[in-house]
Amino acid sequence: MRVALLLGVLILGSTGGEIAITHGMKATGEPERLRPRELLQFLTRAMRNGWFWAGVPLMALSFYSLLILLSWRPISFVIPASALSYVVGTLGAKYILLEDVSPARWIGVVLVCAGVALVAAG
Amino acid sequence: MGHELRIRIKTLVMILAMVVCANAGDLMLKRGMTKIGAVQISAPGLQHAFLATVTNGTIWIGIVFLAGFMLSYMTVLSWADYSYVMPAGAFGYALLTLLAVVFLHENVSPRRWIGVVLICVGVLLVGQTRPRTTEVVARETREVAA
Repeated sequence: MRVALLLGVLILGSTGGEIAITHGMKATGEPERLRPRELLQFLTRAMRNGWFWAGVPLMALSFYSLLILLSWRPISFVIPASALSYVVGTLGAKYILLEDVSPARWIGVVLVCAGVALVAAG
Repeated sequence: MGHELRIRIKTLVMILAMVVCANAGDLMLKRGMTKIGAVQISAPGLQHAFLATVTNGTIWIGIVFLAGFMLSYMTVLSWADYSYVMPAGAFGYALLTLLAVVFLHENVSPRRWIGVVLICVGVLLVGQTRPRTTEVVARETREVAA
């Protein structure tokens, strides 16, 4: 029960955090060039975005849940179980970020999710 | 070069940078922590581990790689879809298995090979979709909004 609960925190924390950061990065806008100067300006702009700072604690929360889970269960259980976040993240991308997830992309995501689970299970 | 093709190449280069930095970073942390030894979960144990990690060069190289990962991740998300970058990044798991076979001569189970094939097919499927499906907000509009 507590494993399932913490897995939920891990998956929702990581996808929630990444979605918030993606939203913040889209608002920041892409750097004009990929050079040190432009990248530094880009980083400064990103740091001033509230969504970026909403994402960071969520990702920290998911990181600590991962550490605790790894102390309870073997990695060959934890990583395959957390591979569900590929599907949850895609749902978030579709319904929160309003990205156009085509059938090809959906099939790809499901294959990746199954593949990561198999690779991590050894 | 077409606009669409330029975005596609730029996105793939950044995803490759993400995967390389994340794997190199993890590898360096693993190497550094192996040298430091198992961490004791007690006040003096944690204090010792903290001092040992901040004075360890390998750990710092790992941190630089992980910062590089975060920067390339943030940069690519500033133009590409989350639902494009996230599954494509899983290519790292497949790459790690191949590296383990080629350099470390590890034995890989059939189940793991099937996983590698599924990841590669999945990443190829996602990779041929358009990297960006949401509209670009003009810089002026953003500045007014900010």
